[in-house]
Amino acid sequence: MDFGLTDDQRDIQRTARDLLGERAKPERVRAHAESRRMDSELWRELCELGWPGIAIAEEHGGGGLGSIELGILCEELGRSLAPVPFLPSAMAAAVIEHGGSSEQCERFLPGLASGETIGALGSAVDGVADFVVGAGEAQLLVLVEDDGSARVVSAQEADVGPLASIDPTRSAARVELSSADAGEELADGCVGLGRALVAVSSELVGVCDRALAMTVDYVKERKQFGVPVGSYQAVSHRCAQMLLDTEKARSTAAFAAWTADADPGSLAEAAAMAKAAASEAGREVTAAAIQMHGGIGFTWEADVHWLYKRAQIDAVLLGGAGRHRARLASILADRVSADATA
Amino acid sequence: MDLTFSPKEIAFRDELRAGLADNQPDAEPSDGGEDAHYTWRRDWQRRLYDAGWAAPAWPTEYGGRGASLTESAIYFEEIGRARVPMAANVLGLLLGGPTLMVWGTDEQKERYLPPILSAEEIWCQGFSEPDAGSDLASLKTRAVKDGEEWVVTGQKVWTSGAQYSKWCMLVARSDNEAAKHKGLTYFLMDMEQDAVQVRPLRQITGEAEFNELFIEEARIPDANVVGGVGNGWKVALTTLMNERAGLGFALQIRLRQLLDDLIAKAAERGVLEQFGDALAELHVRCESIRLLAWKGLTDVERYGQPGPEGSLVKWLWSDTNQRLTQLAVDIVGPEALTSGESWSYELLRARGNTIEGGTTEVLKNIVAERVLGLPRLKVAT
Repeated sequence: MDFGLTDDQRDIQRTARDLLGERAKPERVRAHAESRRMDSELWRELCELGWPGIAIAEEHGGGGLGSIELGILCEELGRSLAPVPFLPSAMAAAVIEHGGSSEQCERFLPGLASGETIGALGSAVDGVADFVVGAGEAQLLVLVEDDGSARVVSAQEADVGPLASIDPTRSAARVELSSADAGEELADGCVGLGRALVAVSSELVGVCDRALAMTVDYVKERKQFGVPVGSYQAVSHRCAQMLLDTEKARSTAAFAAWTADADPGSLAEAAAMAKAAASEAGREVTAAAIQMHGGIGFTWEADVHWLYKRAQIDAVLLGGAGRHRARLASILADRVSADATA
Repeated sequence: MDLTFSPKEIAFRDELRAGLADNQPDAEPSDGGEDAHYTWRRDWQRRLYDAGWAAPAWPTEYGGRGASLTESAIYFEEIGRARVPMAANVLGLLLGGPTLMVWGTDEQKERYLPPILSAEEIWCQGFSEPDAGSDLASLKTRAVKDGEEWVVTGQKVWTSGAQYSKWCMLVARSDNEAAKHKGLTYFLMDMEQDAVQVRPLRQITGEAEFNELFIEEARIPDANVVGGVGNGWKVALTTLMNERAGLGFALQIRLRQLLDDLIAKAAERGVLEQFGDALAELHVRCESIRLLAWKGLTDVERYGQPGPEGSLVKWLWSDTNQRLTQLAVDIVGPEALTSGESWSYELLRARGNTIEGGTTEVLKNIVAERVLGLPRLKVAT
């Protein structure tokens, strides 16, 4: 039993944090967000480093690492809010790799692994996905339906209507298949969805972690009535609550990432748990961050709002906390009836 | 990251499971009150002792198995899973013994450890006082040197098992002049003397798990000082650190079982779907507690000391148990509010969870100051 990262995983984490600390500074993120542009230069650099393919099998041009390593990168990107289409593309790749036939994998994955192709993943009802993040720049779209099927289409085979989401660090669009038989079905449907949920949950952990760190720094510095506001328990206890929420999200996301590779049969439950915890934490922690910053937190310049906006989008991505708790409830119900018949 | 047990740990678990299958406690007494309950738990500890399972975390030289931290956690998980009671001398086994192993002299270890293990001598904990709860270091019980002895006078509260105890881990003020934390000394006080009076403290469940101690010129030989005169605060912290380490795993499993019982109850009453969201949230919390507890253990194995992060586990556990027992009233219905029904007991007992072993408010302070590094509000000392 060991909850820690391996030395190699720690290296990936440190390298990613250093790189993004350098290349995705807040002012650069803000500049891209304000002009609603992805950071193409940074994206090229990440592609050269092999980031998009980190969890894709080597035979398909990827790095051959697992969900834990993918989660590490997602968390660091969440922390920095770097305006690159990493998460949408990695989620699309995960669903293709684990639900696609070997022929489909061979056709789609090398491009996604190298970053030459940008992917995006969305939940759809009868071929219509109301809100697909990253669809603005994606060439390849994966739409998963409630019945467990998944369809891959090129952007040309769909009507992609850009949306001005509240989070301009990432594009979003409404996607509608141009015809019912556009693109192709993935052979095994959306079995890879659990891994996509782990990825977005990990990103939310990074968002929470940064929001908490910014808040702690601020309340130590900001003085009112002659003392740092962080010395008041009304403030410090809210910060403690932010940590508790973040750690719940972190531990369940780590567990789900481990489950994805070591015990895939339990991934559906672990991923639902991770997304439920991360969605709640994302909303709570970033909202608390604004509140604990006081008036300054409500200003455009303070940068806390970018975290809040990203958390809002991620929280509903592939289903919010309520939907994942409903999924857990049905897993629990199945278990009770299995016990009853056993 | 590897969340599986090693072959050695699995062997430990299997041996323990077999041991627990071969050695069952007697049926829980339905009458006879506290005394019968205590006797039942003492007999159970003796059975565990004979089978070599009373305190696997103790080093082999003191009669334990030298179990690793992970194995020790497995032990408490399995004790919880087997739904067997806690050993009668839980405070001696988990707190007193380990404290002596760190701070005791060779003579003290030799004299006191064996009867803790065999339940021949029960231990209790005399820390809290009516005016010293969360602010423990402000305690007022006095210890005055008189020749080779100390004369102790004062009052203690929340002393569980005092009426059955031979020894009390007592922290008293031995130096009135010294700074608050520096004037304290840790003693082993013989409970079998007229100068120590035990009065049961009836709690909101109606039973009396705890007692008040009235101490009027009790005598403690100098040889019963643990860790040196004036060093009581440090020794007490060792005891308190141990309090949170092991017990957490047993509590976590107990919570899991209560949740499983509640889910089964909801299914039985056909309201599983209606309460699905709330039950799923409790499921997520239970799993988080389990994961955070294991994560804390990894940290101890990697960095030595348990970190202040343990406060998060206790905070989340106590809050979740309160939510769970409250939800049970809605799922089970009004019968959960009738005396003698187990859900009504759980509901009332859970109110103590956010107070005992560090109130949630103090835990938040610990998290804010020691994990997040926030400044501490200046208060009068």
